[in-house]
Amino acid sequence: MPTVNLTVNGKAVSANVESRTLLVNLLRENLALTGTHVGCDTSQCGACVVHVDGQSVKACTMLAVQADGAKVTTIEGLANGDTLHPMQEAFRDNHGLQCGFCTPGMVMSAVCLVKDRPNITEHEVREGLEGNICRCTGYHNIVQAVLAGAKAMGR
Amino acid sequence: MAPNDVGSTGIGAAVRRREDFRFLTGRGTYTDDINRPNQTHAVLLRSPHAHAEIVAIDAKAAKASPGVVAVFTGEDFKAINGLPCGWLVHGKNNTPMVEPKHPILADGRVRHVGDPVAVVIAETKDQARDAAEKIAVTYKELPAIVDMKAALKGGGTPVHDAAATNLCFDWELGDKAATDAAFAKAAHVTKLDLVNNRLVPNAMEPRAAIGDFDRATGEYTLYTTSQNPHVIRLLMGAFVLGIPEHKLRVVAPDVGGGFGSKIYHYAEEAIVTWAAKQVGRPVKWTSERSEAFMSDAHGRDHVTHVELALDKDGKFLGMRCETLANMGAYLSTFAPCIPTYLHGTLLAGNYATPAIYTNVKAVFTNTVPVDAYRGAGRPEATFQIERLIDKAARELKTDPAELRRKNYIKPDQFPYQTPVALVYDIGNYDATLDQVLKLSDAAGYAQRKAASKAKGKLRGRGIASYIEACGIAPSNVVGSLGARAGLYEAATVRVNPTGNVVVFTGSHSHGQGHETTFAQVVSDMLGIPMEQVEISHGDTNRVPFGMGTYGSRSLAVGGTAIVKSLEKIIAKSKKIAAHMLEAAEADIEFKDGKFTVAGTDKSKTFGEIALAAYVPHKYPLETVEPGLDETSFYDPKNFTFPAGCYVCEVEIDPETGVVEVQSFSAADDFGRIVNPMIVEGQVHGGLVQGIGQALLETCVYDKDGQLQTGSYMDYTMPRAGDVPSFKVAHSVTACTHNPLGVKGCGEAGAIGAPPTVINAIVDALSEYGVTHIDMPATPNRIWKAIQDAKAARH
Repeated sequence: MPTVNLTVNGKAVSANVESRTLLVNLLRENLALTGTHVGCDTSQCGACVVHVDGQSVKACTMLAVQADGAKVTTIEGLANGDTLHPMQEAFRDNHGLQCGFCTPGMVMSAVCLVKDRPNITEHEVREGLEGNICRCTGYHNIVQAVLAGAKAMGR
Repeated sequence: MAPNDVGSTGIGAAVRRREDFRFLTGRGTYTDDINRPNQTHAVLLRSPHAHAEIVAIDAKAAKASPGVVAVFTGEDFKAINGLPCGWLVHGKNNTPMVEPKHPILADGRVRHVGDPVAVVIAETKDQARDAAEKIAVTYKELPAIVDMKAALKGGGTPVHDAAATNLCFDWELGDKAATDAAFAKAAHVTKLDLVNNRLVPNAMEPRAAIGDFDRATGEYTLYTTSQNPHVIRLLMGAFVLGIPEHKLRVVAPDVGGGFGSKIYHYAEEAIVTWAAKQVGRPVKWTSERSEAFMSDAHGRDHVTHVELALDKDGKFLGMRCETLANMGAYLSTFAPCIPTYLHGTLLAGNYATPAIYTNVKAVFTNTVPVDAYRGAGRPEATFQIERLIDKAARELKTDPAELRRKNYIKPDQFPYQTPVALVYDIGNYDATLDQVLKLSDAAGYAQRKAASKAKGKLRGRGIASYIEACGIAPSNVVGSLGARAGLYEAATVRVNPTGNVVVFTGSHSHGQGHETTFAQVVSDMLGIPMEQVEISHGDTNRVPFGMGTYGSRSLAVGGTAIVKSLEKIIAKSKKIAAHMLEAAEADIEFKDGKFTVAGTDKSKTFGEIALAAYVPHKYPLETVEPGLDETSFYDPKNFTFPAGCYVCEVEIDPETGVVEVQSFSAADDFGRIVNPMIVEGQVHGGLVQGIGQALLETCVYDKDGQLQTGSYMDYTMPRAGDVPSFKVAHSVTACTHNPLGVKGCGEAGAIGAPPTVINAIVDALSEYGVTHIDMPATPNRIWKAIQDAKAARH
């Protein structure tokens, strides 16, 4: 089985994986980072979004071996200890989550979407979240949260 | 959304959710996040055919495949009961429904695509999947029964031998003679044929289950994605596997949405629990999304003809409906009650229609079982009523809002006995109508329509009212209607020695925010900070009992059980305080967390009483037991009746048929509101599921029973760009029969939105003479409706 070496949430990790193992399975099963979720089989729902070298990526759509040498950030690595990232704080303050299952992917997508765009518009946020499905919130409060998070990140 | 003046954590405050920290940091614990030591993995082999006999199953190669621990087929489950149905409907002439066995694994015959045929248990999921592909099943295909009307004609091999014409039951409600008489004297009759499209619930967390068996104690544990773990313990333990409750623990940890689909007892739960003992190791199964499409119970799927009789002044005289309701291939846990007691009984809507008659035929087909999905019967009823009234208004050239107002049950008519069994306790439908007209800027519509027209777009405005029956339900009533369960709720309030509180509730939370809302109720009633309150749910070994979360019942029923226990805690505390303060019990007042002797400054805090209850020195031990821990089972006195009125404006591109929802305004009456932030979130979510049904979502089977919409590539889930932001407002008539005055808010949006959107679309297309459009109103359907209307004119 191939060995992959990567940095996850700032820590160097190494794992033996089958060549067919997906990045999301490496994170969930080998590294016990269960905050990254699997919501579909077709790269549609975005529950598994993580950052790979600073870009938002659906971890169900990348083989673990493709992440060899990469820097990966998962939802577990976003907050600074118990201090939430501004986007996490915005989701809490705007009730941007209900069951919480889509939330990690939604937050990780949002962070990349609004980076350096403090004045992003509602329309741009709605279009920009095209790759993430939420069944609970009706998106209204997610959009409010992302707009607020964008402003907070710009400060 | 600032907290209002009742206090920062009490009833009425928009408290931020205490659940959120764990979900936002990836520390939620969903079933698939749990791994048991020495665990194995199960993969199910499912039928690729809608209807077939199983001639032979050859599992030799699978059993020899690397990592395989065991392979089981229907043969292994032959002696085990099927999945039980929780509701026995009697049809005309008191004829009981046909109730065929729903085997755990297919027993000689498969009846829908996705029907489980075999299970492979292996060291890893990949190994189980590889081995499942090596099982050779020989099928003899049978013609599939898909269309309900054709199914009822019989012929061919029926879905179940016990139902030759595939009829499960033929049920009626209301006074047929009185209704026919109303139609005989009508000045105008409006008729409509409707389809309530089949939906797939699609909670974002796929179902999962882990079975564990402890040989030392003989105790089973099932971790499962359930809205009601005690119900699963009872159904699986008592009716399927024969495991007594004291040897079966069911845990539903964090659950990622349900919308009804996680109420039911599913085969996979029984498989992993049973197999854990067989293989002597924990067994884990997690659904893939494609499996979810063919194994989670679906929703809706009604075909209806409905008629409304009006007098010359536009007053409703009567309504009659004929509905075919799809049950799918087997009866899911609560399937029979959805098109009957949650649908037929709602056909009065918000209106004083004096005579109503409905007939519902439930039909077996070779499709996935259909059961409750957000709204459950009530969206179907509301769609019929509100589309029909809109069509009548158009035919009579009258304002649809005013036709509704003319026929509303008026505030002075409550309690109101409908002709379809229910007694509404309270409401004010004129108030929500007035509120939504204002919220949606009715006055500015003509200008907006003109602006749309200038862009070459068709603008339409739709309105719909809704009522729902929530807080299900008085056990005696549902028992007499066929429920095989009581529908009370249980709660224990445990005060610990240092004055903090744990509430054990049977209401499960899977997005609703109970951990916050329930803690607000406790904080408010005991006058203690919310931080001193913990809400525990989802584990049959911790919570005394529970009927679970569905039908917008958690606060009205589960919350009332908590209130009842809190009242007992306060009553006992008063006895203890009276003794400690050397006063008469009747003189003790409780306010803001303090027990005070009336008219004095002598008092004890709640914390002091709690300590005294556990360190009972100088304590009235002759008359009061130590400890401060109370349990209540609350059985509701009636349903609750949330109601409201919605307005939607759409813009349609006549060249492409693309609909854009321009605005959506919702005015609801949920009774008293504990946390307005959470309530608004529930409305938003419901609205988008309703808009999804109206515009995007539909489950399609072809004539051979093949599922055409088996993934998110084919089944259109609403995304952020498909919907607008919402305007939401509330008015309050407090429920008269529960102490909090609450009604329930979880399903409203999904009930009210579909007719509102379709009414808006029909309004936009009315200039072409279009009078109805089926859901989902896709660009293709709208474009075709426009072309057909144009062609008809030439």
